[in-house]
Amino acid sequence: MSEKKLMKGNEALAEGALRAGCRFFAGYPITPQNEVPEYMSWRLPQVGGAFVQSESEVAAINMIYGAAATGKRTMTSSSSPGISLKQEGISYCAGADLPFLIANVMRGGPGLGNIAGAQGDYWQSTRGGGHGDYRLFVMAPNGANEMGNFPHKCYEVAFKYRIPALMLADGIIGQMMEPVEFTNAEIDIKTLKEPDWALGVNNGRAKRIVKSYDLREGCLEKMVLERVKRYRQIEENEVLYEERMIEDAELAIVAYGTSARVSMAAVKMAREKGLKVGLFRPITLWPYPKKRLVELSGKIKKFLTVEMSLGQMVEDVRLSLNGRSEVYLHSKPGGSVITAEEVLATIEGVMKKGAKEYAAIK
Amino acid sequence: MQLLNKRPESLLDVKMHYCPGCGHGTIHRLIAEAMDELGIRGRAIGIAPVGCAVFADVYFNCDMIQGAHGRGPAEATGLKRAKPETIVFSYQGDGDLASIGMAEIVHAAIRSENITVIFVNNAIYGMTGGQMAPTTLIGQKATTCVEGRTAKQAGYPIKMCELLATVEGAAYLERTSVHNVPGVIKTKAAIKKAFQNQMDCKGFSMVEILSMCPTNWGTRLDNPSEATKYVAEGMLPVFPLGVYKNAAKTVGESRSLGV
Repeated sequence: MSEKKLMKGNEALAEGALRAGCRFFAGYPITPQNEVPEYMSWRLPQVGGAFVQSESEVAAINMIYGAAATGKRTMTSSSSPGISLKQEGISYCAGADLPFLIANVMRGGPGLGNIAGAQGDYWQSTRGGGHGDYRLFVMAPNGANEMGNFPHKCYEVAFKYRIPALMLADGIIGQMMEPVEFTNAEIDIKTLKEPDWALGVNNGRAKRIVKSYDLREGCLEKMVLERVKRYRQIEENEVLYEERMIEDAELAIVAYGTSARVSMAAVKMAREKGLKVGLFRPITLWPYPKKRLVELSGKIKKFLTVEMSLGQMVEDVRLSLNGRSEVYLHSKPGGSVITAEEVLATIEGVMKKGAKEYAAIK
Repeated sequence: MQLLNKRPESLLDVKMHYCPGCGHGTIHRLIAEAMDELGIRGRAIGIAPVGCAVFADVYFNCDMIQGAHGRGPAEATGLKRAKPETIVFSYQGDGDLASIGMAEIVHAAIRSENITVIFVNNAIYGMTGGQMAPTTLIGQKATTCVEGRTAKQAGYPIKMCELLATVEGAAYLERTSVHNVPGVIKTKAAIKKAFQNQMDCKGFSMVEILSMCPTNWGTRLDNPSEATKYVAEGMLPVFPLGVYKNAAKTVGESRSLGV
C-alpha cells in the first residue's frame, strides 16, 4: 500500500498514467485540463520519457499516432473542444489498432461553451466520435483517486485488445483536490514486452506496416470485422460498475462521474426519508453494463438517470432495459452542477407521482 | 557477365501504381539507394502520406506507417521521440505539406525535430484529380481553376524552402529537381545528406523536389519531355534550385529516451 497524497484530479491522472508506464505525452493547453501537460512536462523527463507541447490538438493526436506505433505507452489529454479537434486522429488510431490513453476533462458545450465541468461529450465518447465504425474503451472516474488509478486498467485493456482507451472526466473532477492512494503496483516498463506489431529497429525481421486503409475490394470489411471480434470480447470481459444501496432499492439512480457523487448524496437524503433508493454507477461507459441493468430490472421497476447533459446516457439505459422498467431523466446541461436537493426532488416526484417522463431541465 | 545495376534492397519488387512520366518512382528509388548506401534500412521508419504516395508503405522495404493528411511531421515527431534510435522520414506532397499540413511542417522545423522530410512538389493535387495546389503556378490550369490560377482569385504559390529558411530550428533545406539527369544526381545527394543529418542528430532536414505530373498537368503521356520541359521552363523560375539552409545544429542527442 502506498501512502495517501493530497492531489488535484488532473495531477493524479498524470502521475497515475506515468506509474502505469506512460513514457510519451503530447498535448496542447486548454482549460480545465492544463495540470496534465504541466505535470507531464517536468515529471516525464525524470523517468526518461518524452514530453511535447504540440502546436495544436490535431498535431498532438498525430504525434500519438506515431509514438503509439512504436509500442510504447503514450498519452494525450484535452477538454471538449480539443477532443473534437482530435477526432480524425483518434479514428486513425482506432483504424490502425493502436493502443494509447486519451483523457477528456469535459467542459460545458457546444462550441466554446464554458470551462465548468459538464458531461455533454457522452455520445462523442461512447459512439466513436470520429468517422467510421469503431469503439473506444471508456472509463469514467468519479474523483481524484480514480483519476490516479484508472490509467492502469486503461493501458491493460488498450494493449490487450489493441484499442484506444479514453478516460472521461470533467472539470470538477480534474480540479478537485482529494486524498489519492495509488493502489496499483508501479509498472516497470522494462518488464513490458514489445508488441509484435511495434515499429522500430527491425534486426532482420520482416517489415511492419501500421495503417488504417485498405483499398482492395472486401479487405477493409475484413479488417473491421476482425476488430469487431475484439470489441465483442471487451463487452464480455471488461465491464465495470459500482452499486450502492441497491439490494432493497425500489428506484435506482444511474449516474457516472460527478453526477454519481451528487446522486449518492441524494440517495442518502432519500434513505433518511425512508425512500428505498440506490445508486448504479457505470464505471465503463463503453462497454456499457447492459447485462447488469437487465438483471436489476427483475426487481427494480424505476430507473432515474442523472446526468450533466441533455439526456445522452439515458439512451443507453433505455437501450439496455428495452422497456423492462420505467426510465426517468434528471438532466442539466451547460456546465451547471446538479445539486443533491434537486435530485432528491426528482426522486420524490418519480416515486410518488410515477410520471412517465420526469425531466428536470432548468 | 558484370552486374551494373540492381534494385536497391530498400525498395521492394512490387508493381507501382504511378502514372507514366510521374516523378515519384524515381524519387522512391533515390530514397532507397540512399538508405542502402547509409546502411539504415534496418532502423528506418517511413511515413506514407495521403495523396499519390499513399501506397509508399507497400513499396519501401522498411517499417512504414500511413497516416493522416498533412500530419507526417507530427507522426514523425512521435515516432522519433519515442524511438530515437530509429531513422524517421516523412514523404509528402505539396497539398499535404504546404496546405493542410502547413502548421505541422513549420512547427516540426521550429522544434528542430531530428527527422528527414522528402517534399515532392509537382504543383498540383494528383490523387484527387488535378485540383489547384498551394504551389500551383500563376496561369497553371487545374480542375478548380480551369482558366489558370490567378493571384486575384487564389493568391501566389508558396515557396516552402524560402519560408522555412526563416525558422531557426531548420538545419538543412535544399530544393532540387528530378526533371533531368543532373537534377536526379543532385537530388540523391541531397536526400543522402538529409538522412546523414539525422544520423548526426543535426535536427530538421527537408529536401524539396520539383517533380512531374503529366496526367494532371495535361501534358502528353506519350511524350514525357513535355512535362520535364514544364518543370524547366515553368517551375524553375518560380522555385529556384539550391541550398536554402545548411546549419550545424545539434539538438537530437539531448532527446533520447532512456528506455
